[in-house]
Amino acid sequence: MLAALIAPVVTRLRYELGFIIALAGVGLSAIASAWALFYVLDTGTMYYNLGGWAPPVGIEYVVDLISAFVAVIVTSVATLVIIGTRRWADREASDRLGSFYGLVMLLITGLVGMIATGDLFNLFVFLEISSLAGYSLIFLGGGRAMLAGFRYLILGSIGGLFYMLGVGFLYFSTGTLNMAETQDLLTNDPTARSVQAGAAFIFVGLGLKMAIVPLHLWLPDAYTFAPSSVNTLIAPIMTKVGAYAMIRMFLSVFPDGYLKDALPVADALLVLGLIGIIFGSVAAMSQKDIRRMLAYSSISQIALIAVGIGLGTPLGLVAALLHIMNHAVMKATLFMATASVRFSSGITQVSDFSGIGRRMPFTMGSFTLGALAMIGIPPATGFFSKWYAVQAGIESSQWVVVVVVLASSLLTAVYLFRILESAYLHPLNLEPSHSHDNPEEFGETEQKLTFEAAAREAPIDMVVPTVLLGVATVVLGVLNAVIVIHILEPGIA
Amino acid sequence: MIEDIAARFPYWATAVLMVVGLYGMIGKRNLVKKLIGMNIFQSAIILFFIAGSQRDGATLPILLVENGHILTPVDPELYVNPLPHVLMLTAIVVSVAITGVALAFLVRIYREYQDLDEESLLKKVRQ
Repeated sequence: MLAALIAPVVTRLRYELGFIIALAGVGLSAIASAWALFYVLDTGTMYYNLGGWAPPVGIEYVVDLISAFVAVIVTSVATLVIIGTRRWADREASDRLGSFYGLVMLLITGLVGMIATGDLFNLFVFLEISSLAGYSLIFLGGGRAMLAGFRYLILGSIGGLFYMLGVGFLYFSTGTLNMAETQDLLTNDPTARSVQAGAAFIFVGLGLKMAIVPLHLWLPDAYTFAPSSVNTLIAPIMTKVGAYAMIRMFLSVFPDGYLKDALPVADALLVLGLIGIIFGSVAAMSQKDIRRMLAYSSISQIALIAVGIGLGTPLGLVAALLHIMNHAVMKATLFMATASVRFSSGITQVSDFSGIGRRMPFTMGSFTLGALAMIGIPPATGFFSKWYAVQAGIESSQWVVVVVVLASSLLTAVYLFRILESAYLHPLNLEPSHSHDNPEEFGETEQKLTFEAAAREAPIDMVVPTVLLGVATVVLGVLNAVIVIHILEPGIA
Repeated sequence: MIEDIAARFPYWATAVLMVVGLYGMIGKRNLVKKLIGMNIFQSAIILFFIAGSQRDGATLPILLVENGHILTPVDPELYVNPLPHVLMLTAIVVSVAITGVALAFLVRIYREYQDLDEESLLKKVRQ
């Protein structure tokens, strides 16, 4: 059954054929995961035993509502992003397109594998597959991206190794690596020291991958200096899958309530999340480079997901999962729009955005939609996950959560309106105040483009995915009740 | 105290190696040393898994059958747990892959800047 999901994952590993294969692969897996979602909705959780070995012995893939839901988000966002950044990829990796798309495929394979697996150690392997692909893609940026990529590699490996060590502790206390079985066996002895140690290691490890606040250091540089085709792809989906793995730990690895009572992991996540929301937003406000601003805003949004998980109530988890979807779509919109603007004019500095709204109406229109969703204006998606987070906060009388989530909307508005203001209200600035970009980072062709000639709407195949994503933020917002009632609530129960 | 350390020697070694590795990764400025620190950390974890699977007086988990007679013990208590070894084979493969990618990164960085010291690299890059 799940072969439908696995098969495209495996066939996508072909290297040389480039864009077409990549697109077909991701598109197919998006369709497959959508199909899987409907299948799960109809008949319940899917199980697939790899190699035909029954679960406790062999590796098992489990697709339930939540994993199908996250898989659909990841693959469909990736599909749109790959279409939209094809021109960037051509420009940035022209001589090694084959390996570029190979890495992209590996990345998505790893992420989908992490989502679908039901085995703790297998999750580690997929985690490393996707991370390795991610490091290499970031490294393609050259210059500062190389240092950022190396730092990400070191920190990311620490995360992965901590996770593996934690799994080791769990394995030696339970004798199994299967998630469901671990949960059964752990209930018997919830106070054992080694299990606590294991849980702590796992959460530090996944926290690094997820970029929760004290562990976020790799993220801003990596997102800022990575090639545009790469950060547009990585930013929306990669940390989300880390967050998904964290939720998976809460739901199906550790016994119910274990992470609240035996070890205050949930509280730690809550506190760090609250700090992260504020820190990310404040840091985003002071950034001059729009990519860096969006990177810090990612940190603050991830922190919101962490808060949802940390509350530990079903409503909190709904908020977290919904925000995984929302943030993936919103961030993809914003990064796509940014990439389009940079593509046609070379602008990356916030102050250079003035007047661009009139020159690039569709791109900036989608940017506006994404920004409104981020801030949490009602019909767009961001509002609803924040709404659920606030509700969950009220429900468990965590008033700080309510205050911080509301404040974060305000802060988000501050840093995003800076851009909207200069894009729409200021006159077109024909003499950019800063150099377009770091010269080494750009090819020769980029330098030849004059500013006036360039500040035009981006090519159609970049605009369409951007607009689609922008519209999706609103449509998904309207449909959110359907998603929550039919997918998330039964998925968590 | 001494007996305690001796009895659990592999675990103490794991802890020491982990700390050494972490220090190498975070405290050292040279990028190659960071990478070496990472490898030490990985070895520590491999040691941890292997030590955990060990049992006193146990044998290899291989079933020897000769003329229909099982020669090796049937009691599972008398076997070393084989699963962690398999996991560690996978982990070694992963760590080789990471090391390979990291070394390739370092080669590119060195070709570009003729330098592998983190601080001076950052300065050069900012220019």
